[in-house]
Amino acid sequence: GFQDLQPFGSSPCRGELPGLLVNEIGGIHGILHGHVALLKKHFYLITMKEFLENRKHMSKKVQAIYLWWHKPIIDRELLQSLPNLKVIANSGVGMDHLDLKLVASFGVKMANAPYAVSSSTADTGMALLLASARRLVEGYHVAISPGMEYCEADLLGVEVTGATLGIIGMGSIGYKIALRAKAFEMNILYHNRTRRKEQEEQAVGATYCEKIDSLLQQADFVMVVVSLTPQTHKLIGKREMELMKPTATLINISRGAVVDQEALVTALQTGVIRAAALDVTYPEPLPRDHTLLKLKNVIITPHLGIKTDKTTYMITEEAVENILAALNGLPIPSEVLPS
Amino acid sequence: TKPCGRRSSSFPSLDPPAGFVQELPYVLVDCIGGRYGVYEDHAEFLKKHFHLIAMKEYLENKKFLSKKIRAIYMWYHKPVIKEELLQSLPNLKIVASSGVGIDHLDLNLLSRYGVKVSNTPFVVSTDTADLGMALMLASSRRLVEGYQIAVSPDTEYFPADWLGAEVSGATLGIVGMGTIGYKVAERAKAFEMKILYHNRNQRNKEEESAVGAIYCKKIDDLLQQSDFVLLSVNLTPQTHKLIGKRELELMKPTATLINISRGLVVDQDALVEALQNKVIKAAALDVTYPEPLPRDHPLLKLKNVIITPHIGSATKKTRRLMMENMVESIHAGLRGLPIPNEVLL
Repeated sequence: GFQDLQPFGSSPCRGELPGLLVNEIGGIHGILHGHVALLKKHFYLITMKEFLENRKHMSKKVQAIYLWWHKPIIDRELLQSLPNLKVIANSGVGMDHLDLKLVASFGVKMANAPYAVSSSTADTGMALLLASARRLVEGYHVAISPGMEYCEADLLGVEVTGATLGIIGMGSIGYKIALRAKAFEMNILYHNRTRRKEQEEQAVGATYCEKIDSLLQQADFVMVVVSLTPQTHKLIGKREMELMKPTATLINISRGAVVDQEALVTALQTGVIRAAALDVTYPEPLPRDHTLLKLKNVIITPHLGIKTDKTTYMITEEAVENILAALNGLPIPSEVLPS
Repeated sequence: TKPCGRRSSSFPSLDPPAGFVQELPYVLVDCIGGRYGVYEDHAEFLKKHFHLIAMKEYLENKKFLSKKIRAIYMWYHKPVIKEELLQSLPNLKIVASSGVGIDHLDLNLLSRYGVKVSNTPFVVSTDTADLGMALMLASSRRLVEGYQIAVSPDTEYFPADWLGAEVSGATLGIVGMGTIGYKVAERAKAFEMKILYHNRNQRNKEEESAVGAIYCKKIDDLLQQSDFVLLSVNLTPQTHKLIGKRELELMKPTATLINISRGLVVDQDALVEALQNKVIKAAALDVTYPEPLPRDHPLLKLKNVIITPHIGSATKKTRRLMMENMVESIHAGLRGLPIPNEVLL
């Protein structure tokens, strides 16, 4: 049997802390070293390696799992071997890598970290929008290259101030993008499952487009900020891109699978749309011979939406809060339900 | 900021007497097309208003053309105007310069020859402010490095411990709160940034509170507190090397310098040293001295530097508006009418 759970905020000696399973510490996808002290304050950290080497002893200790970059992978086998697992906390907001129903069927709760990620991801969306519009990456290469021949007239970009931004997915991240875009005097359209309150719309000057087509036809910049679900899979395909203006830019900060990547390649190559800026692709990274890597009118970034010191730490703080609430039988602040 | 009467059809052309062909005013340009020349599509429009003479043509036919030329259309600081040129153009009335900066012009010299000057101050403001924001975001989030990782043939995975710095909630120090600096402040406010500014004069209370900007009478105060220092001053004798070794050392070691003003506002050698010795974290420069930098310059090799080729106003729409503004100024100057966007001594 396991000891009584520690009350909120107390720090007893090791061995009595609830066991927290993580994939690894440091390394390619591991928990950041700077976060370890915070985690060890509340939990007894167990890495997957330690767990696999000592299953008999460790399996009963694990009460929570903290996913970092979608690892460790949660499957039936793992869930079956952790009888005392109460909660899985995800770093970040996307939950598309988890089988929510499966996890729930074991009576395990789930939480994500929506608050920590919103500003940083909105900033990334704006960074990509501006970089693409003003051809920043191309400009950089011209500025530093040894002998590049170019015509200034060929490096002109498109205006951001006063342009029309269409936000697809007006959750907390989408809304923060609208707040930022408003300061650039952008005309803001949005498409969402549900319409936001009038006050919220007015605060950012956003106009609701019940039909996505209406947004696509008017926007100079289309920003995709939805969760990946069966409904949003390949939401932006050939049809949608053909509805867009030929001078328009597609920005994706959601999930690669929300966009039909093959259709995107064709659209970019044939001038159906002007350009794309993608923080996410499918897969990540793309195969090194993928056409998207070679197109001049594409900026790709390595899923850096939340990659700042401050935000990653806030994500772990949010996860700790969620886990402790779950272990103490309290309402979980950012619980994610299987529906 | 659209000036009235821009469209070519609304420029009155005097009805010529029968049989007489109205001659368009002769206007000198550096060159058409090529790397920095007047854009081909702009030239089409210009030729409806002016008889354009490229520098090459002028030099080949000075005797005839020197008396004809009444205006110079200066596109990105070319042609360079020296006294010798002014002496050989007795009928020169006006120089229309593109962009807002006029540091490349000797205003005293031009005044002595009775030549008027115009620039294009307002039309460039939002694009330049947008680029300032683009550079700040790109630098802090390591966008260029990230792009290189994303497309590099050697990339096998995206490492988890590769991190940038947050823009939202950080402190931005704006040095030079003119039209452009203020537009940067408006944009930065939406990112919940704390905004400090240093300017020759303090802005009024309404302007300050509209963007939540705090005045720093001493530039040192701004430098010591800022996570991002953005330069948007004019280049004058007073702002020449405004940011040198002393100023860079006052900045936080985690701070980024963004320059959208002129290369000479920064002591470039001191900047190189500061970046190499981690006195500051990074720099993002739309302007350098000279432009472009020599190909072996250390700034081109530093990982923590983003350089762009002076693209502050480089959008199709804005460049078109600049050109149209200049046409209007030239027409006014040639007719002795009040000149829109005249630059006075």
